[in-house]
Amino acid sequence: MARSNKPILWLPFAGGGLVAALIIPVLIMITGILMPLGILQLPYEKMAAFAHNPLGKLILFGTVALPAWHAAHRLRMTAHDLGLGGGAVVKALCYGSAGVLIAAAAGALLAI
Amino acid sequence: MNEDVTLEILRYRPEIDSEPHFQSYTVPYREDWVVLDALNHIKDHLDATLSYRWSCHMAICGSCGMMINGEPKLACHAFLRDYRHAVVRIEPLDHFPIERDLVTVMDSFMEKLASVKPYLITTENKPLGDGENLQTPLQLMAFKQYTLCINCLLCYAACPQCGLNESFVGPAALALAHRYNLDSRDAGNEQRADVVASNEGIWECTFVGACSEVCPKHVDPAAAIQQTKISASLDWFKAQLLPGAQR
Amino acid sequence: MSRRPYVRKVKRSWWLGQRRYVLYMVRELTSLFVGLYCAVLVVGLFRLVQGRAAWDGFLAALSSPAGVLFQLVCLAFAAYHSVTWFALTPKAMPLALRGEPVPARAIVGMHYAAWALVSLIVLVAAGT
Repeated sequence: MARSNKPILWLPFAGGGLVAALIIPVLIMITGILMPLGILQLPYEKMAAFAHNPLGKLILFGTVALPAWHAAHRLRMTAHDLGLGGGAVVKALCYGSAGVLIAAAAGALLAI
Repeated sequence: MNEDVTLEILRYRPEIDSEPHFQSYTVPYREDWVVLDALNHIKDHLDATLSYRWSCHMAICGSCGMMINGEPKLACHAFLRDYRHAVVRIEPLDHFPIERDLVTVMDSFMEKLASVKPYLITTENKPLGDGENLQTPLQLMAFKQYTLCINCLLCYAACPQCGLNESFVGPAALALAHRYNLDSRDAGNEQRADVVASNEGIWECTFVGACSEVCPKHVDPAAAIQQTKISASLDWFKAQLLPGAQR
Repeated sequence: MSRRPYVRKVKRSWWLGQRRYVLYMVRELTSLFVGLYCAVLVVGLFRLVQGRAAWDGFLAALSSPAGVLFQLVCLAFAAYHSVTWFALTPKAMPLALRGEPVPARAIVGMHYAAWALVSLIVLVAAGT
């Protein structure tokens, strides 16, 4: 047996779990309930200004990237639990998807 | 009172059976009986061929672990009065090969236990003349709950990862490693890490938590493993930043 | 007498066998909906780049019946993730203060307080 390199996957997973737990529910409340009901507005100017701000970019990136990684790692482990195997295909699908989301988020935020 | 309880017990005698099969027994209901008492009644009066492990009858030796209605329990710790008015299904502990009837093959666990080096590892041999190792109540509190394991293996039966991966080191062994890593007298963390921090060690665990739920001594192996994940991760990053500092 | 140990196979449906395993699977699958919602957020970021019309279209899609339904499902799973995550944190990070272990309830409570605070800050920021 040798020491595993899992920590590189696990620490962002743990961080993502905390970020997701603290921030995702209120975001869904806003975009899924308050905004559709008209209680809150998310006008383009305000959102673009926030995303233009360097701190805003950082917050948006963290909000998307960490939970996405958390989901990828957890779904990879769950695939193994469900008997779908833990091999290269599952790993590629899970971490690859997260990688795409994270790269896309970075790309979009840099372009705003 | 002439009330009875029916037990369905998974039998397997390799010299006769090609496969395990259930056999029914009816025992008298007694208010103060545990399942172990029912098994002893069967062995003494109904069927002497029934095989099972037991010893202390007081939940401290860890011998009589078995699946009772699908839940890993100590037979001496499961009261018949909680199973009245229904058939009690008894099977050997999950995730272990069946040797005979309710007796499982524990060899894999014994190897895993030894592999985590469950003994004090010190940096120097302290001469007897120097006296005892001193430890404050606070230092003892840090690891005491993890000393309470009785190796009953209920946690291995409850853990789905033990079922899915035969080479997973498992809750009890990892909790015991944690017990020594937390002991102020011990300096063996590094030596244990090759097993504990391997893919078959803590990293096989997905924090289902069933192990801690079924533990009769409240050791909380799930907590031990999660705490080890954090310390092992920090050690791993330190090793990346300062190559050559470890080992 | 020869030994012939019998190995019982684990069924693929093992997790349906007990309530605690079903709840575990639900807990793990919360991450699917967290991930899907993150994907939606990334789409939103792209719409923001593409300009006002694209952004308004994104908001309209979020407000559609299908969009709202999807988000309500995500919200339920995300909330279950939060509740289970907070409950497990004291086990992973036991704290001691002045020689006494900090009760698990306090650690969990601090997380709920943080959750409330973060939610309040985001709501206020979105509302102004």
